[in-house]
Amino acid sequence: MEARELVIVGGGPAGLTAGLYAARARLDAVLIERLSPGGQMLTTDMVENWPGDLEAVSGFDLSDRMRKHAQHFGLEIVNNEVSAIAIDGEHKIINTPKGDIRCKALILCPGASPRKLGVPGEAELTGKGVSYCGTCDGPFYREQEVACVGGGDTAAEEALFLTKFAKKVFLIHRRDQLRATGILAERVMQNDKIEVLWSQAPLAFQGEKGVESVRIRRLKDNSEYDLAVQGAFVFVGTVPNTQFLDGLVEMDGQGFIITDKKQETSLPGVFAAGDCCAKILRQIVTAAGDGATAAFAAQRYLEE
Amino acid sequence: MADNVLAVTDDTFEAEVLKSDLPALVDFWASWCGPCRAIGPVVEELAEEYAGKVKVAKLNVDESPKTPGQYGIRAIPTLIMFKNGEVVDQITGAVSKSHIESALQKMI
Repeated sequence: MEARELVIVGGGPAGLTAGLYAARARLDAVLIERLSPGGQMLTTDMVENWPGDLEAVSGFDLSDRMRKHAQHFGLEIVNNEVSAIAIDGEHKIINTPKGDIRCKALILCPGASPRKLGVPGEAELTGKGVSYCGTCDGPFYREQEVACVGGGDTAAEEALFLTKFAKKVFLIHRRDQLRATGILAERVMQNDKIEVLWSQAPLAFQGEKGVESVRIRRLKDNSEYDLAVQGAFVFVGTVPNTQFLDGLVEMDGQGFIITDKKQETSLPGVFAAGDCCAKILRQIVTAAGDGATAAFAAQRYLEE
Repeated sequence: MADNVLAVTDDTFEAEVLKSDLPALVDFWASWCGPCRAIGPVVEELAEEYAGKVKVAKLNVDESPKTPGQYGIRAIPTLIMFKNGEVVDQITGAVSKSHIESALQKMI
């Protein structure tokens, strides 16, 4: 069986930063990523809040820079998929389709995925008008009308991005004010192509071969109507990609991993970093911070 | 791009995919789509592993908009599995290798 000091699962900003610190600490580490490194950064058009980059950097470029940075200091990144993790005394056994890997310390950075609304028509029309990624699918809606669901930072950013293509963007939000951070909320309100549908909620996505309309309820008087659109983009938070852990470490009710200030989980030597963790702010910068802390704490753990 | 992945266009799609003797997997992608690039290494690996059993192709939706239009594609990456010119399966989004592999297994 392949043996390592440290295995990092997931190659978003948390995993890549953990890998950078582990490589510079000269740990025998490997990072396992099932796709290309970058995580949710790959679906981010422009990153405006990465400190030091006043000129907005694309999520794709930042992914690439973080990967190159970690590899420059010697981090090994492999394309593989973790199916399960088992504990054998002090060792952690990582099961993959390409064989098992044994390690002493483990950093979990599996990230999170867009949350689904769970309304009729959503699953059937995904890829046929229902989308969770404006940067992937926005260009299919040139000069068309689309709906965008949500009121947080992602919903605001994506609604703004979609105005580059769509002639009209309806932002459906269940509350009467946006949760998005000030500067993004201001831009939404100032954009002529965006119309916010306040205190409204989508009930269903409708259409034969693709989205033709969204059934909407006005929450103030419970009346309903159909909004004709060709596309519907959903940005209502995230769910952690922690199912494969099968309850290995302590999690909150939503499946986010509970960690202490060292990013250590309920299992000694198992750390978690990034969007998979139970915490109040999920950003590239907080993921990177978690990753650095986890790598440093893992090094301490290995030295003990 | 790996040698096993064939680049197809609107002009070559019929001959290379619909009239292919082997079942075919087509990856509809674009350069501006992050998840499309993320899924690239997985598609290349599958092309190598299934060489001789499945023809693996990529179609750039910007350069060849006609074919994705015909199949109603409004999201990428989209992977479509073809057998004897017919669509047998379709996967949208950057999914794991095992997910694509189970679809391929059903087709061969």
